[in-house]
Amino acid sequence: MSAYSVTEPSTRSKWFAGSLVILYALITMIPLAWIMLTGFKSPSDAISYPPKVVFEPTLEGYVNLFTTRTRQTQDFLEANPPQNWADEIVREYDMVIVGPSKFGERFLNSVIIGFGSTFLSIFLGTLAAYAFSRFKIPLADDLLFFILSTRMMPPIAVAIPIFLMYRNLGLSDTHLGMILLYTAVNISLAVWLLKGFIDEIPREYEEATLIDGYTRFQAFYKVVLPQAATGIASTAIFCLIFAWNEYAFAVLLTSATAQTAPPFIPTIIGVGGLDWPAVAAGATIFLLPVMIFTILLRKHLLRGITFGAVRK
Amino acid sequence: MTDTIANRAAKVTPQKVARKIKGLSDRAIAWIFVAPTIFLLLAINIFPLIWTIQLSFTNYKANRLNREPEFIGLRNYERILTDSDIWLNMQATAHFLFWTIALQVLIGFTLAWLINKKFKGNDLWTTIIVLPMMLSPAVVGNFWKFLYQPQIGLFNYIIAFFTGKEPSSFEMLGSVQLAPWSIVIVDTWMWTPFVMLICLAGLRSIPDYIYEAAEVDRASKLRQFFTITIPMVLPFLMLAVLFRGIENFKMFDLVVQLTGGGPGSTTELTSINLKREAFEKWRTGYASAYAIILFVTVFGLASIYVKALNKVKER
Repeated sequence: MSAYSVTEPSTRSKWFAGSLVILYALITMIPLAWIMLTGFKSPSDAISYPPKVVFEPTLEGYVNLFTTRTRQTQDFLEANPPQNWADEIVREYDMVIVGPSKFGERFLNSVIIGFGSTFLSIFLGTLAAYAFSRFKIPLADDLLFFILSTRMMPPIAVAIPIFLMYRNLGLSDTHLGMILLYTAVNISLAVWLLKGFIDEIPREYEEATLIDGYTRFQAFYKVVLPQAATGIASTAIFCLIFAWNEYAFAVLLTSATAQTAPPFIPTIIGVGGLDWPAVAAGATIFLLPVMIFTILLRKHLLRGITFGAVRK
Repeated sequence: MTDTIANRAAKVTPQKVARKIKGLSDRAIAWIFVAPTIFLLLAINIFPLIWTIQLSFTNYKANRLNREPEFIGLRNYERILTDSDIWLNMQATAHFLFWTIALQVLIGFTLAWLINKKFKGNDLWTTIIVLPMMLSPAVVGNFWKFLYQPQIGLFNYIIAFFTGKEPSSFEMLGSVQLAPWSIVIVDTWMWTPFVMLICLAGLRSIPDYIYEAAEVDRASKLRQFFTITIPMVLPFLMLAVLFRGIENFKMFDLVVQLTGGGPGSTTELTSINLKREAFEKWRTGYASAYAIILFVTVFGLASIYVKALNKVKER
């Protein structure tokens, strides 16, 4: 390396570029920061004008998110002293907590359907990707394109026949139905990404073990799987994030038992309209895992969002 | 290793036979591995698609179980293509597509170009910028609705702060003029990082020696930008546009939560309109024809675009 390089930007242009990018990053974070702050506001602080940046934090939003409450008479309130801190918060509004809200259930549904469909997509996707990567399959390119093209259909268009089909099969509003549906959507991503990852593993490794007397199956799970572990893990996170975020199918095909969190969060109603702190609390709890995963995934992010088309 | 060379050779030679005895043949394994995926896609994508095609020729209504659907030929298609309201939805979608893509390409490329100056800590800031695009669009749409509230919303407050207008004097979601832009703003906020990441990959793929050669030839920085940087990033940029185009053509969750298609039908993108026809008016046959038209449109446009993309790549 020479001391002077024509491709290395000058210190001044680095400063300039750095400050602009940081400015953009800060602006782009405002909505997210705002929603997280709102989760810790009281309903009146949340809708005050001008918007409050400094306020007295409260867990009211979180309490409202997780509980159902009813208004009670003064006599009742005096006869039953509050039992814990959550109770005390709702007492300010002459209310008592009567039970958990549906949020916990909806969140759990998101977890079950998210993990279920991710597991299934990865399981099927790894097998298919291995086959596409290692064996000569007739019309392999066409099949791969067919797998990808299923992703081009608008979800609402797919939802019409799925709705009818699930109604006939008794799969509407069930966990199994949603898991199968999300698997079908995610499998295209899984196959394309995993094929890329498996393509990168040298064939010589398996061939060596085949010569040593392993069967194909053994070579697959003793050699290829461990080598592809990082690729499989990042693909799994992408599938999980998709299933976690999905809204269109969830809102059309689920209602009571299998509804996930995205269709539920916007419907949290408080006294006189939407309970914004509770909505914000729900959004925060729901979005945080994805943010953490995004940070963990940053090296493979580009690959994931482009179906492996750009590998960097 | 007790293997002698002779032993090893004996193992290698009848390899195909040996493998068949020990396990399944490669061909059988290939099919066993691929079949479940294909089967699942046939059951949950292709069978429904065929069913949709069939329904699109009928007047079936999914909320009336007892009535037998009647075959009505191409009448659904005829009605959709001559319906002026649907053309309005198409226009709303086109407006949304054009401006989101234009803004995202412009801002995304600029950001990538700046990040590629390799200032200290650029990785950290890139990760932060990327966060919005990974979030649930429905939840994002919902909380932007809160930011857009005329009196109490942060967005109005900030705009008012810089322009001196009253924060309650404009309604991003309620006015016919502003609503189409409100969805463009949120989508741009959310997806600019996507274009940025892809452009960044493009910029990083340009080898240094090309610039060094240009420098030797005394090409100006501006000239280098237009003759090296832009053409080399173009295939990446086009790929980003393809992804955004397909995704935004299907756009539903974000906009439904933000505006619900309103006010009136100013932000009623085709997917939202389709949802109304299919799941509110229950005109299943009609909606099926509509779905087929949308699918053919996106598939057709994407195929043409991919051809163009491949041409650019070959250059």
